[in-house]
Amino acid sequence: MVVVDDLHVVYRVYGSNSDKGTAASALLRMIRRQRRPSIREVHAIRGMSFVAYRGDAVGVIGRNGSGKSTLLRAIAGLLPAEEGAVYTDGHAALLGVNAALLEDLTGERNVVLGCLAMGMSTQETKEAKPRIVEFSGVGDFINLPMKAYSTGMGSRLRFAIASAKSHDILLVDEALATGDAEFQRKSHDRIDELRAQAGTVFLVAHQLSEIYETCNRVIWIEKGQIVKAGDDVPGILDDYLVASGRDPRFRDLATATAPPD
Amino acid sequence: MTKQGRVSAPGQLSGPVTGGDSATAMAEPENTLLPAEPLRDLASRYGLKQTAVRPPLRGYAAELWQRRHFISGFATARNVAMYTEARLGQLWQVLTPLLNAGVYYLIFGLLLGTNRGVPNYVSFLVTGIFVFNFTQRAFITSSQVIRDTLPLIRALYFPRACLPLGYVLIELQQLILSFAVLFVIVLISGEPITLYWLLIIPALILQTVFNVGCGLILARWGSGFDDVSQLLPFIVRTWLYVSGVLFSLQALTLTLHGKLSHHHHLAYLLQINPAAVYITLIRNALLRSERDAAPGAQPYNAAKCHLYQVFPGQKPTYSAYCHPVLPGIPELWLWGVGWAVVAVVIGFLFFWRAEARYGRG
Repeated sequence: MVVVDDLHVVYRVYGSNSDKGTAASALLRMIRRQRRPSIREVHAIRGMSFVAYRGDAVGVIGRNGSGKSTLLRAIAGLLPAEEGAVYTDGHAALLGVNAALLEDLTGERNVVLGCLAMGMSTQETKEAKPRIVEFSGVGDFINLPMKAYSTGMGSRLRFAIASAKSHDILLVDEALATGDAEFQRKSHDRIDELRAQAGTVFLVAHQLSEIYETCNRVIWIEKGQIVKAGDDVPGILDDYLVASGRDPRFRDLATATAPPD
Repeated sequence: MTKQGRVSAPGQLSGPVTGGDSATAMAEPENTLLPAEPLRDLASRYGLKQTAVRPPLRGYAAELWQRRHFISGFATARNVAMYTEARLGQLWQVLTPLLNAGVYYLIFGLLLGTNRGVPNYVSFLVTGIFVFNFTQRAFITSSQVIRDTLPLIRALYFPRACLPLGYVLIELQQLILSFAVLFVIVLISGEPITLYWLLIIPALILQTVFNVGCGLILARWGSGFDDVSQLLPFIVRTWLYVSGVLFSLQALTLTLHGKLSHHHHLAYLLQINPAAVYITLIRNALLRSERDAAPGAQPYNAAKCHLYQVFPGQKPTYSAYCHPVLPGIPELWLWGVGWAVVAVVIGFLFFWRAEARYGRG
């Protein structure tokens, strides 16, 4: 369960244009105890509030730079809240697009270390390993260092590792987009299983059909604020499509496949 | 933007809420994922915890213990992967300290002649270099550990102290390998195998604990500023020169014309600095020549020992009565324990206090 209470997140970006960064100026700053002048503040999340319960799969949609990934990282506790707070009932696992966990180690080592890091025992790890390798579908590549993997293989293995244990909160940031059709179907099933085990899943995806198939709630954000949030998934997806100048199609799809009561 | 105006329960669809208090250009959001009650109360009713808040100390220690297999697995995997790109592979684990010792022997042993007052300079030097190298490498790698493992930190939750612990363990594994080489060198140089060698084990344990403590401190510093890992090599090298790795601190202090014979306080401070303590303890355990030549060493029982000296000039150390008793050694062990305990307690608390902040930004 996740409660996001009037959350504001501000990034501080170092090393932008104005600072020449000479040694002398750095020394002067240290003596005067000033902050680096080149720090620019980016107000990425501006007051978001919502509640997601156990068993929810929440899709997050929005344009590039609207704050989707920032929101997920704030829920994972990797970004401090400038104002407001995020409350959770456990630890979150965040799957992002960067493919490797420890890129100079083999996929197999990553599987073992990932399981142990998540707190599984040596025995559980040994049992889980074949399942993870099989699920990821990387085949013989499992014995190569992860830096030799394609982006798709890397994110498949990451998803396989992180989803091997039932997490209280699983945050998936575009990690499934690189997989092929078969892997997307498998991961869709796996997310359903995790939901059934009473976890909360957040899913960021640009492919709206993925959200339509996987999620029971959706949050549409723009410029760090919520535009629409609710459990009328096809409706909100269609509104988003219209807003970005495309044709709506999910409402029709919903009535065609599963007529509403 | 406040949330008081919205009164819709989750699971119910409601139309756009009208009459919002904000007069911004953006329309009031349509948010049906907001219950009526204040969210803070809801969170406490369900017993939720705020994210990005550090765990309690005892729970943290327990979690760390639970991850011990992760720590050792992490260290072993890193150790194996470290040299996969080199043709000589794992051999570098041994070659690196050997080459180091060779360079220092060339400069300080042969060219500068710092070996005054040291009976077996090669073993003295190599032991010092290997032992110091353990602390040096542990410090430098620990200061980079959080940056090295960011993808892992950002993907999975686990107590972050696992990582510096793992890095110190990597260096310990490397040290054990280089000790195998050290034993060969020491034996070739004419030192006997004695029961004193067993004292190496407690000394190394103390040094490891000390390194863990300092590694935790450096890991936290290094996670914030890259400056730390830039500056650290210089600090550590200075430390190398004042810790009696290349020359005998005791000889400098206690011999008549020694450079430090008139600065007793300074000499004392140099000798109780942690690196010097662990190096001296291990040298005294490993090298009989060091024990015999230590200034102020007395036979365990001088009168009985004397009976064993059948021939004039014979080294009297083969009898139990003749084992040299070194005046400063028990105190040195106390310092060794003290440094280790202080470092690990401070390091653990210091690292834990920032637990929620690693991997951010």
